[in-house]
Amino acid sequence: MTSLTVLKIGRGASVQDLGRPGHLAQGLSRGGAADRLAILEGAALLGQSPDLAAIELTALGGSFTIDAPTRIALTGAPMRARLGDASLRWSASYRMEPGEVLTLGPAKRGVWSYLHVGGGIATEPLMGSRAAHQSLGLGPILQEGDVLPLGTDGGGPVERHLEPQDRFAGGPIRLLPSAHTALFSHDDLERFQSTSFTRDQRGNRQGVRLSHDGAPFATKGQLGLPSEVVVPGDIQMTGEGTPYILLPECQTTGGYPRIGSVVPVDLPCAAQAGPGATLDFRFVSREEAMESHMSEADILSALEGATRPLLRDPREMQDLLSYQLISGVTAGDFVEGEDT
Amino acid sequence: MALPDAIFDRSEPPRLTPLGLDGMLVTFADELSDEANRAALAFRAEIEAQGWDGIEETATSLCSAFVSFDPVRLPPTDLQARLREILSARDWCAAELPASRTRWTIPASFEGDHAPQLADAAQLAGMSVEKAVREICAEPLRALALGYAPGQAYLGSLPDHWDLSRQRDLTPTVPEGAVVTAVRQVIVFATSGPTGWRQIGMTRFKGFRPDDRDKPITLAPGDEVQLRAVSAPELDRLADEPMAGATSEVIG
Repeated sequence: MTSLTVLKIGRGASVQDLGRPGHLAQGLSRGGAADRLAILEGAALLGQSPDLAAIELTALGGSFTIDAPTRIALTGAPMRARLGDASLRWSASYRMEPGEVLTLGPAKRGVWSYLHVGGGIATEPLMGSRAAHQSLGLGPILQEGDVLPLGTDGGGPVERHLEPQDRFAGGPIRLLPSAHTALFSHDDLERFQSTSFTRDQRGNRQGVRLSHDGAPFATKGQLGLPSEVVVPGDIQMTGEGTPYILLPECQTTGGYPRIGSVVPVDLPCAAQAGPGATLDFRFVSREEAMESHMSEADILSALEGATRPLLRDPREMQDLLSYQLISGVTAGDFVEGEDT
Repeated sequence: MALPDAIFDRSEPPRLTPLGLDGMLVTFADELSDEANRAALAFRAEIEAQGWDGIEETATSLCSAFVSFDPVRLPPTDLQARLREILSARDWCAAELPASRTRWTIPASFEGDHAPQLADAAQLAGMSVEKAVREICAEPLRALALGYAPGQAYLGSLPDHWDLSRQRDLTPTVPEGAVVTAVRQVIVFATSGPTGWRQIGMTRFKGFRPDDRDKPITLAPGDEVQLRAVSAPELDRLADEPMAGATSEVIG
């Protein structure tokens, strides 16, 4: 069986897939990739099932080798990427040979990056998924020296590229009502829409904290609400009135008030907004939300249709060449042009 | 941007509340009650039994049921109409508990390091430590809902004098198996984690066994748990027994 060796890895990296739905009633949240769209992009680039698992990297990245020729794809937050001496584009697929070292990171923008392999990461599934649920200690947190088995690759394209949906710098996010929206005052809901929020440094796979200028957001009787079901995308207030966007490892029930819920197609943008990025929320009607809604199956077919052969851009090659002539060592900046 | 009118809907329970694009809450009460909990369990069971195309997952919390659905295959107006029809078909708050539930008897130690806040909790409940343990173990408590962590059950309800508020400060972590109490409820921790409730005992019970392929989650909502007081050495001995000495029987 082909295996991938982790030479170096940033903190918090793990194996992720689309998670384990169906256990909400038992207190287990679905979990899975923080950016689900990135999993679909990887499946489209490699022409394989979206149910296969990938490695989710945090901004620091990592480096890897494999022991047999393998197809790889890179999606999510764009990182500096090198395969041996060659500089790779992001949101693209390549062939990787034994003996080559794949070095990813740091991230240029965004939070979560993904390394996909042909056949998927084939660690042992638990309860129907390979996704690590880090807050529960379910599934391994990747460490230097780990050797991960890969599934059998049925074969497929390489050197394909996707123009990914830009979702790495914050921006407008559409909301629909959630469990407690009606408990907030009209003024506070208007103020929530007119406030710019900054993605705080504090964040993990359970949720990310937002900071803002102005008064906290609270409802009447907010500490006595009975717990209701919580889903990723809900924006929950702490007792102090600070909002958090809840992510895949959020708890399954909660009693702190939730002001709204991010529409599913905007959730990757909310999750990928890096520290310091600005997010602006706007309530929309259900009709407006449905106009842009796509099921994950439809998103995947659209992505499959949008992959293109990867053409080497001569400017990139020139840049690369001149850069190496100067020093042969990177200055920490990505040498290629913006590719997303 | 004007706020959509739908945002301000909050009628009296039973109430349908959309939760984002693809979720619907059916809330039976705004405060925990036995009736609302039974209604939530029975209503969820009915939705599951009907097996509508487009429903992806259902769950309950203390006094509401939740439906996750595909908004393309099942438009929410259709879903709401069908849920309202089922709501009006009967008095859900008069529903019986689900048939074929399991009653667990779980050995628990209320001694020494196993019960660091038992004395505080007993005092707040207005009784001696001995009486507190007798009351906690007196009756089976029902799993009102599973949540917070996988397989972790909110067990209730204790008599009124156990309506203890949460601590001001969180306990940074209690171990898996810890027995904690607040707001007339008891939780046996299914993982280790932080809590604002007081730790009054310890079990070796595993509510979450991810390696068990057949039954990774031990309890189901509606099940009952009766705690049985044992000595600290007895609890240690039981740790090696199957299910750590817990026994089960089918009830209802």
